[in-house]
Amino acid sequence: MSLITPDIGLLFWMVVIFGAVFFILAKWGFPVITRMVEKRSDHIRDSLAAAEKARLELESFASEQQKILDQTRAEQGKMLAEASRTREEIISHAREEAGAEAAKILAKTREEITAEKEAALSELRSEVSTLSVAVAEKILRKELRTDAEQLALLDRLADEASSAPLN
Amino acid sequence: MRTAGIIAAAVLLLCGGVSWGGEISPLRFAPVEMTVEDPSPVEMTVEREAPSPVISSEGRQAEVEKSPEEEETLDMEEYLFGHISDAYEWHILTFKGREAAIPLPCIVLDGGLKVFSSERLAHGAEYAGLRIAAKGESHEGKIVRASDGTRPLDISITKNVLGLMIDSLLLVVLVLLCARWYRRHDALKEAPTGLAGLMEPLIVMVEQDVIKDAVGPEYRKYSPYLLTAFFFILINNLMGIVPFFPGGANITGNIAVTLTLALFTFAMVNLFGNKHYWKEILWPDVPIFLKAIPIMPIIEIVGMFTKPFSLMIRLFANMLAGHIMLLSTIALVFLTAKMGPVLNGSLSFVAVLFGIFLDCLELLVAFIQAYVFTMLSSVFIGLAHQQPETH
Repeated sequence: MSLITPDIGLLFWMVVIFGAVFFILAKWGFPVITRMVEKRSDHIRDSLAAAEKARLELESFASEQQKILDQTRAEQGKMLAEASRTREEIISHAREEAGAEAAKILAKTREEITAEKEAALSELRSEVSTLSVAVAEKILRKELRTDAEQLALLDRLADEASSAPLN
Repeated sequence: MRTAGIIAAAVLLLCGGVSWGGEISPLRFAPVEMTVEDPSPVEMTVEREAPSPVISSEGRQAEVEKSPEEEETLDMEEYLFGHISDAYEWHILTFKGREAAIPLPCIVLDGGLKVFSSERLAHGAEYAGLRIAAKGESHEGKIVRASDGTRPLDISITKNVLGLMIDSLLLVVLVLLCARWYRRHDALKEAPTGLAGLMEPLIVMVEQDVIKDAVGPEYRKYSPYLLTAFFFILINNLMGIVPFFPGGANITGNIAVTLTLALFTFAMVNLFGNKHYWKEILWPDVPIFLKAIPIMPIIEIVGMFTKPFSLMIRLFANMLAGHIMLLSTIALVFLTAKMGPVLNGSLSFVAVLFGIFLDCLELLVAFIQAYVFTMLSSVFIGLAHQQPETH
């Protein structure tokens, strides 16, 4: 029977039709589609790679930013510390200077006071001596008002003078 | 694929008494009187391996049980053959004794080109010294010379040829429309929509998963052929399931069609095979005494032909079996028509349920067979492009 014997007519038409379909689809059909699909899958792959790269870049950028921030912060801390140290230094220095100045002033003052005191003392001394001379003059004048008194004094002086070399 | 084959075989067994012969023998159907216990309408002889004694005795039993008084029921042979074989007209339906059929052009080369409508040969009529061979003649159902019953060169547009043309046109239109989408759109910026969205996953699946893996690095050169083969088989398989015009023609269950497909694969494998492939065939790496008396080369050369032969038989047998299974199941409705309303009704119900199941199975088989043909073709092409192993 005809089921398993290939019929020449159908064979002929099948070769013609399948050949034509193959020709048409292989020329204008499948290659167009597969090429585009391939292009797209390449594109997707590239895009994914690019996205990954961008992500990494962004990440490194962020870390760099963080680093810069940290650095700035550290610098700021350092500057603050330095400033406070400088302040302390200035204050202590000022204090020292002020102390020294005060001591110098004090010493000078003391010197001046001493000098002043000396001057005052010497003035006082001369005043006192002048005064005592005047007082003595006055006393002398009053005691030596009579001749007898002058003679008594001369005697005593003479006594005193004569006894003195015997000693 | 093998699973599907086993299922199909099991279903065939359930469906009717199938006797398994060792040699290639034509399908033969004998009308069998129906009984409730044995609803098998057909007795088939199908070429298969592993004959089973139980089954074959069943088959013989079915033959023995054949009733001598053949009632006026459905003629199973005509019914089945009318659906699975090629014809000069496309029969659509018979309604109240009147036939609706599309007459097709007959083209015969017999001492000059003769082109005429198949209507002229209808019902055994004779035209231009030609007629259609009657039942029992050597070229049954084919155009023969009226004088001596021999075949002239007949390249008529038969039912299968028209079916092939329609399906091929459909395929070409589908693929070219899909290709047009890619020409008109920027595939890098848009996702495919509509037809392209439907076709693309299939094309990508076949190309990336089947062709690329099996053929190897040179797959681009062969992917147009393999894709064409896949979609050609797929669309013809699917159209074969559609029960009415323009579907229903048993195209991929026809040996001439599968033979052509197998020949194309044979050509693809052998025309572009590399040096290593031919060396493996003609001077393989075996002890010299196997080559001096050319045992291995002969085996390899036989292997060259058995590969496409298996492709041809596999597709043909699977699709034919699917059609016969479906037709047999539906025949239950008509075969039980004279057995009273209860039996007829219940068996019709079963037949419809089973028919739905078989239709779903056939959808699966349609895809699987296209897939398997493509995959094995890819593997054969890949084998012809193997590089010698470097140790």
